[in-house]
Amino acid sequence: MEVRVQNVRKEFDRFPALHDVSLDIRSGELIALLGPSGSGKTTLLRLIAGLEMPTAGKIFFGDTDASEKTVQERNIGFVFQHYALFRHMTILENVSFGLKVRPRSSRPPAGEIRRRALELLDLVQLSGLEKRYPNQLSGGQRQRVALARALAIEPAVLLLDEPFGALDAQVRRELRKWLREIHDRTGHTTVFVTHDQEEALELSDRLCVMSQGSIEQVGTPDSVYDQPTSPFVFGFIGESSELPVVVENNELWVGGRAIGVPAGDAKPGKARLFFRPHDVELIEADASLSGVVTTSRRVGGTRRVELAIGGEGQHVEVDLPFDHPAGEKSRLAFRPRRWKLFPAA
Amino acid sequence: MATKLTARRHRRISPTSESRPVQWLLIGISLIFMGVILVLPLYAVFHEAFSKGIDIFLAALSEKDAQAAIRLTLLVAAIAVPLNVIFGLAASWAIAKFEFKGKAFLITLIDLPFSVSPVISGLVYVLLFGAGSFLGPWLKSYGIEVLFALPGIVLATIFVTFPFVARELIPLMQDQGTGDEEAALSLGANGWQTFFRVTLPNIKWGLLYGVLLCNARAMGEFGAVAVVSGKIRGQTTTMPLQVEMLYNEYNATAAFALASLLALLALVTLVLKSVLEWRFGEEIAAGTHE
Repeated sequence: MEVRVQNVRKEFDRFPALHDVSLDIRSGELIALLGPSGSGKTTLLRLIAGLEMPTAGKIFFGDTDASEKTVQERNIGFVFQHYALFRHMTILENVSFGLKVRPRSSRPPAGEIRRRALELLDLVQLSGLEKRYPNQLSGGQRQRVALARALAIEPAVLLLDEPFGALDAQVRRELRKWLREIHDRTGHTTVFVTHDQEEALELSDRLCVMSQGSIEQVGTPDSVYDQPTSPFVFGFIGESSELPVVVENNELWVGGRAIGVPAGDAKPGKARLFFRPHDVELIEADASLSGVVTTSRRVGGTRRVELAIGGEGQHVEVDLPFDHPAGEKSRLAFRPRRWKLFPAA
Repeated sequence: MATKLTARRHRRISPTSESRPVQWLLIGISLIFMGVILVLPLYAVFHEAFSKGIDIFLAALSEKDAQAAIRLTLLVAAIAVPLNVIFGLAASWAIAKFEFKGKAFLITLIDLPFSVSPVISGLVYVLLFGAGSFLGPWLKSYGIEVLFALPGIVLATIFVTFPFVARELIPLMQDQGTGDEEAALSLGANGWQTFFRVTLPNIKWGLLYGVLLCNARAMGEFGAVAVVSGKIRGQTTTMPLQVEMLYNEYNATAAFALASLLALLALVTLVLKSVLEWRFGEEIAAGTHE
């Protein structure tokens, strides 16, 4: 089912949490709402679910206006960060809950409910644990139960609020891969909230980057990573280095030196240069960025050095091969291979 | 050398615990205190009740007024406790799951009966429903007696005991948050289904604990009930009132026979309370530390 969020605004006690947000979610896609805490991503998810009501704006499920519908009527599957499993019910009872509470007219017979719940437990690879209670399971298992429970009601949309946030890194990676598989198999339109950019990039078809109650950029992981449209997105997705520069004669200048980077169609004056630390080339030329190494750290297969550039105490990070001989105080010259220029704030 | 040895021994016990003599001193003080204040009187009650033999004891209990007092006490508790359960559930549900103005004030208000002398609580109802009040004569014109009758006793008992359930449930429900309820709603459950299938099971032991304390107090309440009951023998005297009246008439054996029933109730409450704390400590704990 496609979901359209149209000019939605949400205020809590007159404190705005979302300003005029619009987002089209395509049927069957897996989309991530990504942003730092306080960006409004969870609020947006809860508005789609109907757990919060918008101050203004509308939310459409397909062609029907869902804004006035209650959470029960929207038929969504919601997975909570802290699982919210019913602790006094067994795993099987948890998964069947959504079917058991249906009115008599639309409730499947008891045998059918049990069969479907067991089938779902099989889907989330928890067969044999149906008689356990939630506190007898690990965090990862609990979250899989929560997902099975949400899927049991055959939701129009599956909504996950930081589903892996409470799990440790190893389990999180496994579940991520596994969620992708489940999504590909069941084909539910899925929206998940995360503050982990790696998770969003790896898992989603598209991602929606949010900041301070607004959407900054929506696109595929590739497009968001390669063509960030704002300094915030460049800084938030992936590693980045930033340097204030001056645009003059169609060239970029730092500390009175041309750095050999064309300015394109940027307006003359002050600007902010962004590049990825790993996307640079070391060169020996006058027209380059050069600086003195202040710190040097080994990060996995590369060496990340911090350079002091110019006389104004500007620092940028670049990645070197781990066996590069540069040590502290040595001088390095480089040019970014790819970069992005934004007007000075 | 000696100091060095004790120093080494001290290091073996945890840094927050005290040395042996201090431990014994503290435990000793507590035991003596409890013995004098709690155990001795309890022993005295039962001793006095049975001092003239079991026949006299049973006779005292089967006496007409004593029977009436027992029945009245049970009736009052049977009305007051369920009402306070409903009130306590409603209040703690509202306080724990919703944000609204005046919440802090409501919490303070719930504690009021704990801080007001029970006699004052009784007098409030005398003022409200007495002969000189507005409500009293009006209700009387419809044939409803509040003061010196069952309704007054029930009202006073409710007032005195209403914090118990709410006090127990508010921290528990606040601790549990609204996640489970949201999950139930998102799965399609309506309000009642959510309450009976999710909320209530989550708080059932805490609720039972609150009910137990509420009931003990409801049956034992003296001050507030004494003011509103009028102490009409055989009609408006509850067990505690009956005990006092018998005692004032120098009928010690009968007084203590009835008192021993109340003491027994206290002991049963205590045992059940301990069992609940031992078995479901985690679920109740949220409510016991304030």
